[in-house]
Amino acid sequence: MGANCSIFEVGVIIMDESVIQNVLGLYEEKIDSLDISPKEKTALKLSLKDRYAKMRYDPGDAVGVVAAQSISEPATQTTLRSYHRAAGAGLNITQGLPRILEIFDARKVPVTPSMKIYLKKEYNNKDKAVEIASSIKETDLKHIMVMDSLDLANMALEVELDKGIIKQFNIIPDKIISAVKRKVKNVNASVDGNKLIFEIKKDKVTIKDLQALRFKLRDVHVKGIKGITHCIVERVGDEYVLYTLGSNLMKVSKIEGIDTSRLCSNNMFEIAEVLGIEAARNTLVMEIIETLRAQGVDTDVRHLLLVADAMTQSGEIQPIGRYGLSGSKSSVLARANFEETIRHLTDAAVYGLSDDLNGIVENVMIGKTAKVGTGLVDIAMKTQKKEKPKKVAETKE
Amino acid sequence: MSEVYVNGYFVGEHDSPLELIKALLEKRRKNQLPSTMNVAYHEDKDEVQVNIDAGRVRRPLIVVENGKPLMTEEMESKLEKREMSWDEVLKKNIVEYLDADEEENAYIAVSRKEVTPEHTHIELDSSLILGVAASVLVFPEKNRGDRLNYGSRMAVQAIGIPLQNFLQRDDTTYNVLVYPQVPLVKTDSMEAVGLESHPSGHNLVVAVSTFYGYNVEDALIINKASLDRGLGRSVAYRSFVTEFRRYWGGQEDMACIPDPSVKGYRSEEDYDMLDEQGIIEVESSVPEQGVIVGKISPLRFLGISKEIKMGLQNFRDNSLTISSGNSGIVEKVILTSDAEGNKIVSAVVRDTKTPEVGDKMATRHGQKGVIGLVVPEEDMPFTADGIVPDIIVNPHAIPSRMTVGQLLEIIAGKVGALAAKRINGTVFKGEEEKIRAALKYMGFRDDGKETLYNGVTGEKMEAPILTGITYYYRLYHLVSKKIHARSKGPVALMTKQPTEGRSKEGGLRLGEMEKDCFIAHGAPITLKERFGSDKVSIPVCKDCGVIAIEDHIKNRTYCPLCKNDVIVNVEMSYAFKLMLDELRSLLIYPQIVPESS
Ligand SMILES: [Zn+2]
Repeated sequence: MGANCSIFEVGVIIMDESVIQNVLGLYEEKIDSLDISPKEKTALKLSLKDRYAKMRYDPGDAVGVVAAQSISEPATQTTLRSYHRAAGAGLNITQGLPRILEIFDARKVPVTPSMKIYLKKEYNNKDKAVEIASSIKETDLKHIMVMDSLDLANMALEVELDKGIIKQFNIIPDKIISAVKRKVKNVNASVDGNKLIFEIKKDKVTIKDLQALRFKLRDVHVKGIKGITHCIVERVGDEYVLYTLGSNLMKVSKIEGIDTSRLCSNNMFEIAEVLGIEAARNTLVMEIIETLRAQGVDTDVRHLLLVADAMTQSGEIQPIGRYGLSGSKSSVLARANFEETIRHLTDAAVYGLSDDLNGIVENVMIGKTAKVGTGLVDIAMKTQKKEKPKKVAETKE
Repeated sequence: MSEVYVNGYFVGEHDSPLELIKALLEKRRKNQLPSTMNVAYHEDKDEVQVNIDAGRVRRPLIVVENGKPLMTEEMESKLEKREMSWDEVLKKNIVEYLDADEEENAYIAVSRKEVTPEHTHIELDSSLILGVAASVLVFPEKNRGDRLNYGSRMAVQAIGIPLQNFLQRDDTTYNVLVYPQVPLVKTDSMEAVGLESHPSGHNLVVAVSTFYGYNVEDALIINKASLDRGLGRSVAYRSFVTEFRRYWGGQEDMACIPDPSVKGYRSEEDYDMLDEQGIIEVESSVPEQGVIVGKISPLRFLGISKEIKMGLQNFRDNSLTISSGNSGIVEKVILTSDAEGNKIVSAVVRDTKTPEVGDKMATRHGQKGVIGLVVPEEDMPFTADGIVPDIIVNPHAIPSRMTVGQLLEIIAGKVGALAAKRINGTVFKGEEEKIRAALKYMGFRDDGKETLYNGVTGEKMEAPILTGITYYYRLYHLVSKKIHARSKGPVALMTKQPTEGRSKEGGLRLGEMEKDCFIAHGAPITLKERFGSDKVSIPVCKDCGVIAIEDHIKNRTYCPLCKNDVIVNVEMSYAFKLMLDELRSLLIYPQIVPESS
């Protein structure tokens, strides 16, 4: 079914010739280059055309049910181990059944958000890649210090920075202090070699105050993008690729040297927000397919495309389930059949809803032939009735 | 600092847990602490668990100190001769009981030979690494682990002699094997467990061959003559109980041959086998749904009928019958009474079950199968000695499952039968070489194979075929108790849908997922046919959509709300009509809007 079929009155379905020509065009060259006689070539093309037409879904085929079964049946066959190491270096990205559930339930934030970052050509060397990685990874004060201690004599807090890290990441102590001052008010800070000394601007400073400050300071954000806890550089082919744990498309895409055209995240909501719903749909398909393939499930993409289309057709990502697709069916009986039976029925009573019995579930419930497959068609026969004189209606106008 | 727990409660911390444990164990072994105490150190959680509470499973092990078992071989023989008591052994802490926790810290040797200074304990006997259920397995060390699991699980389902007082009992159901045999290949622990006095199988002559393919997919081909001789024959006992109650107003149930005037009277021949007290005679054969005890009860509802009923007319037949699918011979009748003094009659009916096609049998190696064909003895293959196998198993059952133990049991059983002695197949104690040598000594091939001759044509079979004796269980799953089909039959009162379950002659449910399959195939008309079992035509008011009333007396159908009779008949499943009724009980007013046509 779809835009390329037209149903004539007699009930014959004619497929748009152009679709077949398009598909044949893809193989025309290949067939022409084969070492066979012209007669065989035309025969091959004809049979290809035939096969293609046969392989298409017929009008009335329950594509949704077939898609659902094609995904869920193989999924029950595999063990669907939940943890699988992705990106070699050891980022633990949710895999298997938990991930599939996460996708179909359209959870706002995945358990393990992750990004795959490609670099522009001129940045594609190890040093630059590592540098970018370090600028992406969230760095807090606790990551760059050796130790923090209370100076009870002066009622101050001493933070000893890690020389190596500071040098490696090119962090200026003053920058840290300004970051601290942004987060914590009423603090005086000074630099002493690679020690930072903090004092509280207050008359009577207690040890309790200092202790509180100590824990506050540890979480001060110094560098990188918040929420990205890991960033790993990996060589894929002749390219350096960054894998992250944590995702922030907007901020990462602003970093220089990143190939934004290939930047992707496994958080479809973020993609929908930044790049739009079409991109989110693609991510959806890619994510499902990767998860299934990793488990050795070989489901045809077209089933997944259908599911992705259904989930994104409203312009935003809808989950499959109570609060999503199944919950927004138009039929009262179909909704009641799925979940929260009483709520749907009482609501229908309150709002005086009616059910036109067009869906499948409704018709199965009442024991009528559902309008799918062979039930879609009916015998239409013109009975010879005496035609009413139309003149009356015309004159009234 | 590791945490210390006693009976699961935190009691404190300790610096060196291992020393604490050592000290506790030393005290226990000096009888300064109760012998029921077990101590364990969990390295992963860094905690010490001391347990002295009830309910832990513990097992005995011989203590090893410095690579020397405390139990000497001399002591063992003394124990055997009963010159030394088990209590003494325990008191001297030669043997101690470990629970599951402490066992995790122990290093247990299986046999005396492998004891090293690191070992802390040694098994009393190497076969004790298996529990009670697995102790029936022979040559388990030669089989794959999962097969042992299956084997011991199936041994539980075997029909045998469950109890020796079964003749005195009247349990609801129990099965007894008619000619049980003790296995030719046995294990040491069988006697201890009581399996020697409660055997549950037969030693069968087995040939590993295909026989025209009637044993594919684990089927078994069985010798008809063996069945006639009593192979796998069992008796299924089933008891039927009825209680004679007393009611208000001095009325009570009565045991008798019901009078024809009683409501629900069956027919004269139905009560044929009852004696004058209305109780069936012992050793009479009862057909399916036959009456065992004639019983009449007072009518529950009086008053509706216009005519006045006299005497027995106020009673209904409430006789005890055999439930459908059962029949047999009455074994015994027990008359007794319950705590309130009500009379109770319990009749035990026995039915002989000969193995038939579809019954399940299994070996002790997790090799189960159903009988696929019963062959007359004259058509079965035979050996040069004229031995005809009882069972032919398919060779394909062996390689993928790797049950080498079964092959060895076939040979061992053969040796046992020829030498008229029982062979030991206990774990680690089976002696394959000796068994093979013995078979060779008796003039057979040491691999157990023999030349067989085709029973039909008399031709010699080209390949030698493994022939020997295996202990077979007849499992409790009998086809006669499972076979079931229905075309038409009873429906449930509330839904008008077919009943569920074999005992109620029910249908097989076409469920939600099956429904999806019909839809996926685009066959909703077939689906409608399947789901049409409760189809009804309901009169509906065309104006208000309410289900109309059919008045058969006035021969009129009208709407209960608007009283008019513009009625259409709407076809729907009764379950949906029921749902509409239930919605009304929720104070929801569902309307059916008929298509205007
Ligand atoms: Zn009405």
